[in-house]
Amino acid sequence: MSGARDQVARLLALVPYIQARREVSLDQAAADFGVRPAQIVKDLNVLWFCGLPGLGMGDLIDVDMDALEGDGVIRVSNADYLSRPLRLDSSEASALVVALRALREGAGDDVRPIVDRTLNKLEAAAGDGAALAARVDIRLPEGGDVVGGLRQSLERAVSERRQVRLDYYVATRDESTERVVDPVRVVTADGHAYLDAWCHVAEDQRLFRLDRVSSATVLDTPVEQHDGLAPRDLADGIFSPSPDDLLATLALGPAARWVAEYFPCEEVDEEPGGGLRVRLRVADPVWLVRLMLRLGGAARLLDPPELGERVRAVAAAALEGYQRAGDG
Amino acid sequence: MTARKSERLLNLLITLLVSRTYVSKDRIRAVIEPYREAGDDAFEKMFERDKEELRSLGIPVEVGYVDRAFEDEPGYRVERSAFELPDIDLDPQEAAVIGLAARVWQHAGLAHATSDALVKLKAAGVSVDRAALDIVQPQLSAEEPAFEPLWDATRTRTPVRFRYRTSTGADVATRHLQPWGVVCYRGRWYVVGHDTDRAEPRVFRLSRVQGDVATDGRPGSFEVPAGTDLRAVTRALAPAPADRTADVLVRRGAGHGLRRHAEPPEQRHGSVRDGDRDDVPDGWERLAVRYASTDGLVDEVLGYGAEVVVVAPPEVRDRVLARLRESAQSGVTA
Repeated sequence: MSGARDQVARLLALVPYIQARREVSLDQAAADFGVRPAQIVKDLNVLWFCGLPGLGMGDLIDVDMDALEGDGVIRVSNADYLSRPLRLDSSEASALVVALRALREGAGDDVRPIVDRTLNKLEAAAGDGAALAARVDIRLPEGGDVVGGLRQSLERAVSERRQVRLDYYVATRDESTERVVDPVRVVTADGHAYLDAWCHVAEDQRLFRLDRVSSATVLDTPVEQHDGLAPRDLADGIFSPSPDDLLATLALGPAARWVAEYFPCEEVDEEPGGGLRVRLRVADPVWLVRLMLRLGGAARLLDPPELGERVRAVAAAALEGYQRAGDG
Repeated sequence: MTARKSERLLNLLITLLVSRTYVSKDRIRAVIEPYREAGDDAFEKMFERDKEELRSLGIPVEVGYVDRAFEDEPGYRVERSAFELPDIDLDPQEAAVIGLAARVWQHAGLAHATSDALVKLKAAGVSVDRAALDIVQPQLSAEEPAFEPLWDATRTRTPVRFRYRTSTGADVATRHLQPWGVVCYRGRWYVVGHDTDRAEPRVFRLSRVQGDVATDGRPGSFEVPAGTDLRAVTRALAPAPADRTADVLVRRGAGHGLRRHAEPPEQRHGSVRDGDRDDVPDGWERLAVRYASTDGLVDEVLGYGAEVVVVAPPEVRDRVLARLRESAQSGVTA
């Protein structure tokens, strides 16, 4: 039964936790352990029957039940031998050390020394448990200080609930645009940092990739209220295809298989010869035309046919441009 | 039942922890009530299971001889120094860093491991107040199903095998790997290790692993070569520096993305031969575009369709032209 195992794991932390603080409120303990107060009470009841080996009742751990039931305060005595928690095991130590190293990558010059000190102390305490961490390398996406600094000022705007003026490059349309947004949060997904915000130009919620923000000015004006505005659920990634989007069918040759890896497809079928046939939702036809031009002969747009016509027309126009400019 | 079993496990641990010497099985049975009350077979079974359960929590249950002179009766103990978390003294800022680190993982298994670690540190007296520090908070996610098995295999130095698809084609082959480490680069995870089929170090992208990752040997059955530098092995993943320059014509008011890594035309005038300037048609501008890889620039330029014309270098220009011809002729839908 894993119930007892989890309970013992919790008790081995709970007993030293209480002793390190002399007394703790039940609610605080529940919050720190991420369980309900009722679970902590159950755990404490187990302690009643635990203690030094032997038959004497005086050697059992003592939980002050009056304080617990009366004031919701936990006190434990007669448990000196459980004054320290169990060591970090290798999965705990490596998960935490790697997380700290990711934090270090994103930290500015002022904070990095603090992270370094913390890492040293933690690695010393974890001993061999942290050995894996030396074999994990994290490089954060577009780690430049520019994005880091931008992120910091946008996070400030989020917490102070202030509007931001963005100078933003829209890659799909190849436009530089200026807009005022009401920030919701800054979030990392699919390897890029984004600002999740209400956009006053689009009059809708939008995600802005931080490495495409040319400049951001935090304004003095407070954000406006928008009904039903909540952080976007990114569990399924950044692209959230809408049923209103255009449904396109592509035949991908082996060299274009990566398309199915990069963009969420509704259907992916293997084709003879190592190719794929995929169906994907496209919000903006311009984006699809640009993708097809990139792929050239490695892929064919099967549907909708009128977009295939557009790809051919753009390619022909581009070739004309080369004839005009090339043979000068 | 859970409570009874928890009591028993905890009492067993305390018995082994407080004793300075190895404790014999008979003695353990005598002092712990449920063992005492069980029949011989039931006791043996229960005791074996409990011992393993303690070990699965990371508790170092050691086996030795009660009397060193005779080596006949085995006993058990838990060495306090191997059991307890050593002192860790963190100032409020360092504690805040730990608190922030606990939120970095967006992967369920790793997030769980970090919060377990955090609970232990709190039990060691660390008080975590995240607000004590103003810091950018990165997030690490790992959606690839192969991530957790490969992370664990790396942690326990266990050889693995998996089906892997190459980047270019549809070939799927079984690969055998001694995983040395995992690398996160630009939000994508890779595993680095010794490929035993090819007898050399290789890098595999986790999203291209097909199906399950199977263990292919015992934990700890290989060593990571001393001095292995993951960054060096995976340097190939990093983009080359943008140290080349292409000569490009861009329609006025277009090509904003390209302009982000181009020299402004006026800075280039000094270096342009006089004759070249006459080639710029009306409504177009000439730009010097910095780039790292030919393929990357070709892809980027193609995305601009008829708005951008590459003048030089010829290898970029030729590839763009070849692909445009393919697109112009691609046609007839099947």
